[in-house]
Amino acid sequence: MTYIVKPKLRHPALPVNKLGFTHRDYEGTVSTLCAGCGHDSISAAIIQACFELAIEPHRVAKLSGIGCSSKTPTYFLGQSHGFNSVHGRMPSVLTGANMANKELIYLGVSGDGDSASIGLGQFVHCIRRGVNMVYICENNGVYGLTKGQFSATADKGSKSKGGASNMDTPLDLASMALMVGASFVGRSFSGDKEQMVPLIMAAMRHPGPCFIDIVSPCVAFNNHAGSTKAYDFVRAHNEAVNRLDIMEPRDPITVEYAPGTTEEVALHDGSSLRLAKLDANYDPSDRIMAMAYLQAKAARNELVTGLIYMDRHATDMHANLNTVDAPLNGLGEKELCPGTKALDAFNASHR
Amino acid sequence: MPTPVKSINDFVVKFANVNGSGSASANEMFARSLLRMGVPVASRNIFPSNIQGLPTWYEVRVSGHGWLGRRGGVDLMVAMNPQTWDKDVASVDPGGYLFYDSSRPIPASKFRDDINVIRMPLTEICNATYSDPRQRQLFKNIIYVGALAQLLGIEPDVLETLIGEQYKSKPALIAPNHQALHMGHDYARDNLAGACGLKVERADGVKDRIFVNGNDAAGLGCVYGGATVAAWYPITPSTSVAEAFGKHCKKYRVDAATGKNKFAIVQAEDEISAIGAVIGAAWNGARAFTATSGPGVSLMQEFLGLAYFAEIPVVLIDVQRGGPSTGMPTRTQQADLILAAYASHGDTKHVMLFPQDPKEMFEFAAQSFDLAERLQTPIFVMEDLDIGMNEWLCEPFAWDDARKYDRGKIMTAADLDAGKLFGRYLDVDGDAIGYRTLPGTHPSKGAYFTRGSSHDKMAKYTEEGDAYQEVMQRLLRKFETAKSLVPAPVIHQAAEKTGYGVIYFGSTAPAMDEALAALEAKGLHLNTLRLRAFPFSEAVSDFINAHEQIFLVEQNRDAQMRMLLVNECSVDPARFISILNYDGTPITARFIISQIAGRMTMTSREAAE
Repeated sequence: MTYIVKPKLRHPALPVNKLGFTHRDYEGTVSTLCAGCGHDSISAAIIQACFELAIEPHRVAKLSGIGCSSKTPTYFLGQSHGFNSVHGRMPSVLTGANMANKELIYLGVSGDGDSASIGLGQFVHCIRRGVNMVYICENNGVYGLTKGQFSATADKGSKSKGGASNMDTPLDLASMALMVGASFVGRSFSGDKEQMVPLIMAAMRHPGPCFIDIVSPCVAFNNHAGSTKAYDFVRAHNEAVNRLDIMEPRDPITVEYAPGTTEEVALHDGSSLRLAKLDANYDPSDRIMAMAYLQAKAARNELVTGLIYMDRHATDMHANLNTVDAPLNGLGEKELCPGTKALDAFNASHR
Repeated sequence: MPTPVKSINDFVVKFANVNGSGSASANEMFARSLLRMGVPVASRNIFPSNIQGLPTWYEVRVSGHGWLGRRGGVDLMVAMNPQTWDKDVASVDPGGYLFYDSSRPIPASKFRDDINVIRMPLTEICNATYSDPRQRQLFKNIIYVGALAQLLGIEPDVLETLIGEQYKSKPALIAPNHQALHMGHDYARDNLAGACGLKVERADGVKDRIFVNGNDAAGLGCVYGGATVAAWYPITPSTSVAEAFGKHCKKYRVDAATGKNKFAIVQAEDEISAIGAVIGAAWNGARAFTATSGPGVSLMQEFLGLAYFAEIPVVLIDVQRGGPSTGMPTRTQQADLILAAYASHGDTKHVMLFPQDPKEMFEFAAQSFDLAERLQTPIFVMEDLDIGMNEWLCEPFAWDDARKYDRGKIMTAADLDAGKLFGRYLDVDGDAIGYRTLPGTHPSKGAYFTRGSSHDKMAKYTEEGDAYQEVMQRLLRKFETAKSLVPAPVIHQAAEKTGYGVIYFGSTAPAMDEALAALEAKGLHLNTLRLRAFPFSEAVSDFINAHEQIFLVEQNRDAQMRMLLVNECSVDPARFISILNYDGTPITARFIISQIAGRMTMTSREAAE
């Protein structure tokens, strides 16, 4: 569908955000994915989240690897610089980009082949290094572009479209992210925009390594009976632990929750995150409990979604590296070059 | 018995030691003492891939003439390692000297009758004074340095000063080291008078030159060149480049007011991640580099193709070691040329620079960032272990405070607002280099998508053959542009007209200097060309075509530079005679002399017949 160009004409009544941008300003080109692909819903959620946060699109850098999911950055934020890198290596490219300029928002988009197989090492190390980013894995359990091979997140016993059973143990990227130090971990389902949008918004405001695993059915190769990543299966096994709302300081409180079931979490920019607890016993500030909870639910074939973990005192790689406040890519000779006097001293000390 | 070698300021001393015994600092002090007496030296570590226990050698070339390559041969062997005794004894030139620890008897059959033996009961002397085992080990090294100083005529004051400098922060160690030094000195004076015909005399051959290793120079060059991001993975022999960069950054790049760093260094989980981070940082406008060796470059191949095709200005310092595979991690070669020149799948070509010593390493490291950003492509700085991990005597480093970084073609928000046409891969200036924008530049103009998949000149994804070919053709033209920007070859005409030429590059340079002087003394004249970069400029093919025979000196098995020259220049391969040294040790002047002299005299004899 690359021949289809979006019309430039805009409806005059399109709502605008506080920057005066419409929803259309956050879109990209027309998607070339299959009709009904979960990934397109995720792109729509990213667009919605950025619109609602009133982010300047050009202050986002969007990076991806290779695969269907990694194609999606073309379909949102057309005014952002994008980088479609090599298979499984988006995390390292994003790490370097972030080192160069700490002031942009880094959005990494990857798939389960990209993140759980060829790029598992980069996935883990990028998170443990504390890179301030929103890392979204569009997880469909299958290799789409090469037509339907199992990926490393495919559940044991799940069936391929051709009828074969996966006998390998699945990797749970959300659990791994918790284990290696992600300061924000969420999971959602591409069919649940109400859950996805605030989750992405909260992650974009979180100053540390954020990982969101989004189960996203592949309509072409993994949406049949026997698949655990199919729309029907996920709807039937989705166990949301909480619902989220992002509250701006000026927002009136309009939604009423039963007492004791909501919690307000301040975000670093003055806004807050309102959590409606669906499981009263779940505490998303407890990393160890979150890890155990995910495992216990997985053993019962239940897919935990919602905000799984958030560290309210997160820091990032730049804090660890103690870098100057100004972005490194803006420094010039004056700040960087020690000059002849220092070189003379170096020479003198080597005689 | 041949006449004992007699020489003033011109000989080779080799120390045979056990790795991890503390010999390295004592041996280096020996070399430095000669420099302080104004006598040029070249020192080389020949060390194992090991932390403790395996054999290690340290070779000091003393040359009043200033020859700084390896000469070949050994005049004085300091044999401190029983494991390598036989080989060490065998390597001494006839008439040379063998200095050894005579505390334990060694059977007469283990010696040679054509060399001179200097016996010193080092362990006995040492054990009589020290009881702590580590002290015994360390001071034994200082004792033999003291003895050698007396035998060769090195001024004790010079060594005392060096000890004082070395232990400036641990003054308690100065007196015991002085004591050990004198113990050795006094023993030699009292017992070994006249045993050695090799002498050091104060001279004025060092001038203002500095003694420094190439990896330290590389790290400093990256600081001067404005690198702010480094990502790397530990690998011998390149590890000390990243460490030196970190050390120099701590000294020169910490903001005085805030204590914060004007640099970011990440030790990556592997070389793939290291080059990925460098690509990300360079894409985002920071000057970024990685340092690695052959196995790392092998791992980086896919990413290097991306950097070539997406036109990202990365710098890669390749400190070459012996290959293939794990090869010889602690030995030197120039064997990554083909790997780097055409790195990655598909049609690619990369710029390479060949520094000849630490001074050029410093300059090329700094210059590589200008080249990378101007050409928007990876720049490989092809160092090797010989330059990288040995201290070389070289000209002091220089910098011009008026020098500005060449950030290449970057379109700013003001340019975009002024209505300049932006197409990431458009050749608007005729030099085949497009303008780039950095992420975050402008709210509504200049954003583009960077990708390794085929794209047209506006950076749009395309599977159209013509649009793809247009980009690929421009990349070839960009490589032509590179020829005029990279360091030019250094050409030297012989004293007499000759049809012979010699081409060499990198760490071969000092051995070549000595070889050329020796050949000239034999009446064998050659014009020379020292390559400093790939792609080759026209001057290189002109030089080749102007000579009937070209000796091409390389430190690899397969004559990789010959492959590049034959492939990239319009020259007749039959003109080349390859001279190849690839045993892992640095090439020697004697080897080059014998190879070239042999062929030249043979050819002139054939011509006469």
